[in-house]
Amino acid sequence: MYGKGRIIPALILFLGVMTSPMWYKSGDISKLPKPEKPKDYTECVAPTAYMRTSHMVLLNQWRDDILREDGPRTGKTANGTEYVRSLQNGCMKCHSDKKKFCDTCHNYTSVKPYCWDCHLQPKEAM
Amino acid sequence: MRILSPFIAVLALIAVALVAAQVPGGQALVGIILPYLAFALFLGGFAYRVLYWAKSPVPFRIPTTCGQANSLPWIKQNKIDCPSSKLGVIARMFLEVFLFRSLFRNTKAEMHEGPKLVYGSSKFLWLFAILFHYCFLVIILRHMRLFMDPVPGFVAALEFGDGFLQIGAPVFYQTDAIFLGAIAFLFLRRVMLSNIRYISLPGDYFPLFLIFGIAFTGILMRYVFRADVVAIKQLTHGLATFSPAIAAGQIGSIFFIHVFLVCALLIYIPFSKLMHMAGVFMSPTRNMVNNSRMVRHINPWNDPNIKPHSYAGYEDEFREFMKEGGIPVEKE
Repeated sequence: MYGKGRIIPALILFLGVMTSPMWYKSGDISKLPKPEKPKDYTECVAPTAYMRTSHMVLLNQWRDDILREDGPRTGKTANGTEYVRSLQNGCMKCHSDKKKFCDTCHNYTSVKPYCWDCHLQPKEAM
Repeated sequence: MRILSPFIAVLALIAVALVAAQVPGGQALVGIILPYLAFALFLGGFAYRVLYWAKSPVPFRIPTTCGQANSLPWIKQNKIDCPSSKLGVIARMFLEVFLFRSLFRNTKAEMHEGPKLVYGSSKFLWLFAILFHYCFLVIILRHMRLFMDPVPGFVAALEFGDGFLQIGAPVFYQTDAIFLGAIAFLFLRRVMLSNIRYISLPGDYFPLFLIFGIAFTGILMRYVFRADVVAIKQLTHGLATFSPAIAAGQIGSIFFIHVFLVCALLIYIPFSKLMHMAGVFMSPTRNMVNNSRMVRHINPWNDPNIKPHSYAGYEDEFREFMKEGGIPVEKE
């Protein structure tokens, strides 16, 4: 083998970088995010499976619908409960603690939504 | 046919993944066993190829000389394009690996009326190649958020920069669009230019289709079908920490298609031209010092028992025979 002095260290470096997630100081794997569910309410504006994957789309739709299309500011759940189509006055009414609800999953998956660039952050979360 | 067969191969991979995601046990196969197998084959195959290449001796200096070599003191040397020192080679390799300098010199030849052959500069290949490679790098680094916990700062910084336009939710990543555009260019270039099409093989089209498939399924998963990212990170982070678990029923088929194609790419890399990621560092035409005139390079497999034999020595040995044969000799 030729060029041992350079090729072997470079190959080891490459393998080390490629496997870095495996020896990275990983947090507890079993520690999955557990967003705190509201105690007083049992029903959300949409089914849980939809909310888990697509709540951000819903928020965007509300914004476009209300601010750009002059749409209604309230909606009804499947069981007929009226709710306000708003992040602060709707979602945060039940899910009142941003730290214990929004941030658990967002921090886990490194998602930094820009909601709070404009909206006021709830006081207890600041 | 050289385009169609790799295209069908990628479609077949997608179909296999789609079926595997539906049958019982198939999700564990595609989501857990295949990624480990593919990653092991990728690392093992990669190391094998590099060590195999390292066995080839390069006894003589064969760098491409794209400028004036080191010569007389009053002739200006091109220190990067014809390096005579290690520093020059490092500069040359840096520019090659990070900026694709030799691609920047790409030229095109056109036939005009006359007939007249005209050469011109052609930078589009360089531009789209560099966009493609850097977008690919950013996309791979962004994915580290799914394999590491806590997520390192540079990943968050990349995500912020990539989603800087703040379009929509989930936020739109610029690299996604640039990446698809660059692949489209690299593909169309092969199809539209008759001379490039003539030399293109299935091995050129297959990686393009495969990488396009990976990017496209990833984009669909993020913007159209939307997956449960927490459930996905539970699986991918589990893979990285050797404790994988699939949250039953929470991950859509699109994720398994994406992972299946990525595994296919990982397995394919060591056996294909995609090994240029290691090959660029091992190219003797790039990484050698051009010092043929300054240093004597001795072929490593020369037999030391065979001594140099000059013409004067040869004549001494055979003078009588040469004279007999009527061959002129220098010394009587």
